[in-house]
Amino acid sequence: MNALFNASRRSFLKTSALAGGGLVLGFTLPGATRLAQAASVFSPNAYLRIATDNHITVICGLSEMGQGVHTAIPMLVAEELDADWSKVSVVQAPADPAFNNPIFGMQATGGSTSVRGHWEPMRKAGAAARAMLVAAAAKKWKADPADCRTENGMVIHKSGKKLSYGRLAHAAGRQAVPAKPDLKHPKDFRILGTERNRLDTPAKVNGSAKFGLDVRLPGMLIAVMARPPVPGGKLVSVDESKAKAIPGVRQVITIPSGVAVLADGFWAAKKGRDALAIKWDDGAHATLSSEGVSKMLAEGAAKGGAVARSEGDAGAPAAKRLEAVYEAPYLAHACMEPMNATVWVKPGAIEVWAGTQSQGPSQGILGKVAGVAPGKVKVNTMYLGGGFGRRFAPDFTVDATLLSKISGKPVKLVYTREDDMKAYFYRPASVTRFSGGLDATGRAISFSASVASPSIMEASGFMKLPASGVDEMAVEGIKDCPYDFPNLRVEYARREPGVQVWFWRSVGHSQNLFFIESFVDEMAAAAGKDPYEFRRGLLGKQPRYKGVLELAAQKAGWGKPLPPGVHRGIAVAQSFGSYVAEVAEVSVAKDGKVKVHRVVGAVDCGMTVNPLIVKRQIESAIVYGLSAALYGRISFKDGQVEQSNFHDYPVLRIDAMPEVEVHIVASTEAPGGMGEPGLPPLAPALANAIFAATGKRVRKLPIDTEQLKQA
Amino acid sequence: MIKFSVNGKNVSVKDSPDTPLLWVLRDTLGMTGTKFGCGVALCGACTVHLDGEPVRSCSTPVSAAAGKKVVTIESMAANAVGKAVQAAWVRHDVPQCGYCQSGQIMGASALLAKNGKPSDADIDAAMSGIICRCGTYNQIRAAIKDAAQSMKKGG
Repeated sequence: MNALFNASRRSFLKTSALAGGGLVLGFTLPGATRLAQAASVFSPNAYLRIATDNHITVICGLSEMGQGVHTAIPMLVAEELDADWSKVSVVQAPADPAFNNPIFGMQATGGSTSVRGHWEPMRKAGAAARAMLVAAAAKKWKADPADCRTENGMVIHKSGKKLSYGRLAHAAGRQAVPAKPDLKHPKDFRILGTERNRLDTPAKVNGSAKFGLDVRLPGMLIAVMARPPVPGGKLVSVDESKAKAIPGVRQVITIPSGVAVLADGFWAAKKGRDALAIKWDDGAHATLSSEGVSKMLAEGAAKGGAVARSEGDAGAPAAKRLEAVYEAPYLAHACMEPMNATVWVKPGAIEVWAGTQSQGPSQGILGKVAGVAPGKVKVNTMYLGGGFGRRFAPDFTVDATLLSKISGKPVKLVYTREDDMKAYFYRPASVTRFSGGLDATGRAISFSASVASPSIMEASGFMKLPASGVDEMAVEGIKDCPYDFPNLRVEYARREPGVQVWFWRSVGHSQNLFFIESFVDEMAAAAGKDPYEFRRGLLGKQPRYKGVLELAAQKAGWGKPLPPGVHRGIAVAQSFGSYVAEVAEVSVAKDGKVKVHRVVGAVDCGMTVNPLIVKRQIESAIVYGLSAALYGRISFKDGQVEQSNFHDYPVLRIDAMPEVEVHIVASTEAPGGMGEPGLPPLAPALANAIFAATGKRVRKLPIDTEQLKQA
Repeated sequence: MIKFSVNGKNVSVKDSPDTPLLWVLRDTLGMTGTKFGCGVALCGACTVHLDGEPVRSCSTPVSAAAGKKVVTIESMAANAVGKAVQAAWVRHDVPQCGYCQSGQIMGASALLAKNGKPSDADIDAAMSGIICRCGTYNQIRAAIKDAAQSMKKGG
């Protein structure tokens, strides 16, 4: 979502100004105000409260989906507040413009933006509170604030007198909110950069953590829907008599996206849905097939399109020229928690409970559906059982809103796993054609790439394909190729097979880095060079890429002997402001089965908030990337999605889990994103290791073990 | 009426006998700690103990629980093995999104109740039916071994 980042720079600036203003005005949440009036709490801004018992509550507007934001944001606040970390807890904020993500200009979680966007505002929120606590203590002691310091939840005077934040809470609330609170120099950080366990862990080991699916309301009905089996299909007729005969079924409702059965519980609703007799008109995509999609994209890549980047003459004569075509399939996110949302449309207002990545825009979207103003849409963000971009989409919340509006009841809409798998919003399928030129000494002198894929920007509904005709998300990771190729050209050909595509962990980088880092490996092989040294030689102007590449190679023991049959592959990538290199150690059995023994990663994400979460996010992305590379494929036949559940859309299980090692580059650069950047280098590192093991190039995902069989 | 016990408490429910135990726990009894992931025993998110055995509650009709003892994540803290597993999970900071973790903890505690010193192969066999999309598998493995150690120390 780098393009989204760029597109919203202006709103970023605007929002920053507003956030500053909010602080000056002492903006408080409705809930916080109520507590403040109870005179037990100091609440200098929307983001934190300090209670008289020293307890500090951080109010987090971002969605927790496993990436650790409910720990990272409190750490930012606590650092500048000099809080006692053991007294810090976190609560989820409602949807409110005060919680807009400064990078997006709306309240939403995605694009690995949370720490990047809130690094300064959240520290300022903590620093402002700290300054007010110091001012309150100084006033009490009739001392100069300059003679007071703070540590671990206490204000301490140079004489040795001290007062806890809890004791100062009342008085601090009467101090002026500083417009420009001083921020610490990073060398003085005591919490940031240290490993801290997650604040949400205790609730996630005893079953008490509440996810969207866990919401229960009095009088609530559960809805399960039948949707057209072909994209763009329409309902012709529905016979609901058998569904209505099932005990517990209350209503059958047709909405634009399909037919819903509403019942007292999930089981009755699902049985009712399965009992609907429906005739669909499959429409224009009745013959959609994966072969057709591949053909359309291959034609696009061959033809070329809008120029995304051009330097020198990519067609310049070369002593050796190599060409290759790469392909990646549609992918489902397959979050562990299937999509669901609970909505209660009341007169003049609605309330939503959902694991959503886009609570801010949801206010406008769902308000429109229900016919109320955005401010009348209360969004309760629940824990997300995985997001990976999927929960940025509004399909499940929109339909739940319609069903509540029509039924007049609170409705929880639940997707079965099969519904979830077949509900589109897929990572786009993509084909890229490369050409590379080497001179007589094996030096890379030219590189060109022609990318063909659907446009995510258009599919998103909140962005437009730029006038250049280049979807930045379709070419990210290739357009910003870091290698020192004197002649370079990148083109984009938009092709739309008709399937709703969406953001999928690391977006365009997810397939584009597989493409480019595999092709660069091909160039290295054609040049007769070591793939690590070949890359290194082309990264002279890119110290951060080179830094992670060298660290990963060093930690993995690049060039040193491995057990018999085990081979290494390497790849490097930058996405969302962070640089990651990975070395995969792989063996390929005679029957073509691939075993990944170990993955060594190196990451430069600038300054780290929580190294433990950094390591875990890289490991998480490695696992997500492995599932995709080894097994992931959504395919179409006769217009229909062929996959339905984990038997035909397998994901990595514990018995195939490699050892993972992650090393962090010490850095004073601004923080980069962390939820996604570990993913892009995984597939190419794996595929390059397979080449080292077998001499066979994987140019299409998922990896076809048939192709790797030894005769 | 189907009668069984949940976490030591007797319950009787009027759900149709084919209703999966998962939905009786979640919708009828209001116990939402046990999760729905796939509905066909492929992901393990719904794992509970039925007379001490780990079962996939999404594919176990409630009729199969009649007269038996059901144990869920909600009572793990009251169980010596469950408590050791939860404590190890906290020490290793295992969960990310957390959605699969009830199932992981129920699977791990069923394993450790029978096998106080599981090998990697034992862990693979007991746990490979429980999917984690966040990729916490290495932490799960380490936490199971750590829980086994702590149980040994604890007697």
